Amino acid sequence: MIEVSPIVILFAAIFTNNMILSNFLGMCSFIAISKELNTSLGLGQAVTFVLTATTILNYFVYHYVLVPFELEYLRFIVFIIVIAAFVQLVEMILERYIPNLYYALGIFLPLITVNCAILGVSLFMVIRQYTLMQSMAFGLGSGLGWTLAILALAGIRQKIKKNKVPKGLEGPGITLIIIGLMALAFLGFSGIVQIQ
Amino acid sequence: MTILISVAVITSIAAVLAIMLTLANSYIANYGECRILINNEKECVTEGGSSLLSSLRDSQIFIPSACGGKGSCAYCKVKVLEGGGPVLPTELPYLSEQELKDHVRLSCQCKVKEDMKIEIPEELFNVKEYKACVEKIQDLSPTIKLLRLKLNDPAEITFKAGQYVQLKAPLYEGNEEEVYRAYSLASSNADKDYIELIIGYVSNGICTTYVHKHLKLGDEVLFNGPYGDFYLRDTDREIVLIAVGTGMAPIRSILYQIEAEAIQRKTSYFFGARTLDDLILSEEMRSFENRLQNLKYYPVLSRPRVEDQWTGDVGRVTDLIQRYITDGSNMEAYLCGSKAMIESTVGALKEKGIPEESIYYDKFD
Repeated sequence: MIEVSPIVILFAAIFTNNMILSNFLGMCSFIAISKELNTSLGLGQAVTFVLTATTILNYFVYHYVLVPFELEYLRFIVFIIVIAAFVQLVEMILERYIPNLYYALGIFLPLITVNCAILGVSLFMVIRQYTLMQSMAFGLGSGLGWTLAILALAGIRQKIKKNKVPKGLEGPGITLIIIGLMALAFLGFSGIVQIQ
Repeated sequence: MTILISVAVITSIAAVLAIMLTLANSYIANYGECRILINNEKECVTEGGSSLLSSLRDSQIFIPSACGGKGSCAYCKVKVLEGGGPVLPTELPYLSEQELKDHVRLSCQCKVKEDMKIEIPEELFNVKEYKACVEKIQDLSPTIKLLRLKLNDPAEITFKAGQYVQLKAPLYEGNEEEVYRAYSLASSNADKDYIELIIGYVSNGICTTYVHKHLKLGDEVLFNGPYGDFYLRDTDREIVLIAVGTGMAPIRSILYQIEAEAIQRKTSYFFGARTLDDLILSEEMRSFENRLQNLKYYPVLSRPRVEDQWTGDVGRVTDLIQRYITDGSNMEAYLCGSKAMIESTVGALKEKGIPEESIYYDKFD
């Protein structure tokens, strides 16, 4: 177990170890839903919420169910099942009791069930042997980092919407190039803190 | 031993989650019975939680829908006056500003969670679900079939020539979802005890594969209808009929109507196909031309092959319009074909002076 303060992990997950820009996880919805700032913000919030909650859930499942039975190798399957069930449940609850939030966030929930960033965070938590507090901070930080990245990307995409792009690069092509440049910029943060 | 434990652990985790979801489904997602008041006259009671479209279908009210509830065809628009929640982002691309003001919603996206008040066009009450059996399957070309369905229950259908029905494709090997697909009625509306459809084969199309590869004589099929506002208007203008490919279907029905009602308006029919094989029902069209004094039939091939020995017009239906229409100011046009064909043809017709409000079309996807 590494001795790093959860606060440090929180900020590291946002800047130096950003899920998207340094690990390139969670790309599909990142590219697909980043056309507008508003929807990006909705998706970002949903990702942050699901990431934080599922990381905590998976922490308990891993340490109190899988480890005692020595079934660590099953974590891929179990994590995915837990995430999927949790997202389903949250969707149902939101739809019934908080319709306004459902219409703002809920429609994005099914999209991120299978988002690799969500599984990735749970797996990093295991690999890096985080404690509960560290895991929570890591989940929250990764979510915030994801939101920051998608908001930045959506802002850029909105700005260049009217610009001429070479035919072959329209849509996802130019977006990937933008993400690459953003990743280079975020590289500037690396080395400030190290959490792996 | 480890195997047993791992199986047991995985199973129990899955079971716990499954029980949780089932409980949630029956307690949280249970909206109880909801009442839907339609046009202030008819009320139906339905189990809440599913889409307005399927709830209405359960109550034997059929709203047109070509995509089967995926929110991509925008046929299933209804006015929702009370209940139904805010407009969803999935609906926005299909609703105009006027429609938003009029509380129009896509009924396949809008869920029934409370008592609702809605408005639908009166003629949709006339829409029924029909049980029919396959009486004839005829190859019109290697890829296009004519299907005749004999009605069993109800035994008769009333429709306007040009309207369409929705055929249900059931589950079959390789298809795991029931879908409804829209097909224009190709038969005469004077024949009330059977209908005919013209169905082209689309590779991997759920319904076309069903019709072309699975359907046999005597099979029972379900369809509902009739729908649509594509039908012959009662005016004195000259009639211009334009179709390509399976767009022949509603035009054929309209030709039957012209014959049955002895309509004396001057009529031209431009029909486009790719090769001679695709030029379906040629003999029938020629015999229409012989029987109806006022009808002129103009077929055109876009890519005639050498072996077709085609001596007629070559090009597209827009070329026919350039060639044979001089002054369109007293004409009325009925178009049936793909989106691209409709767009280019409407442009060509307007250039010939046919007013936009006298151009009617039925877009095939």
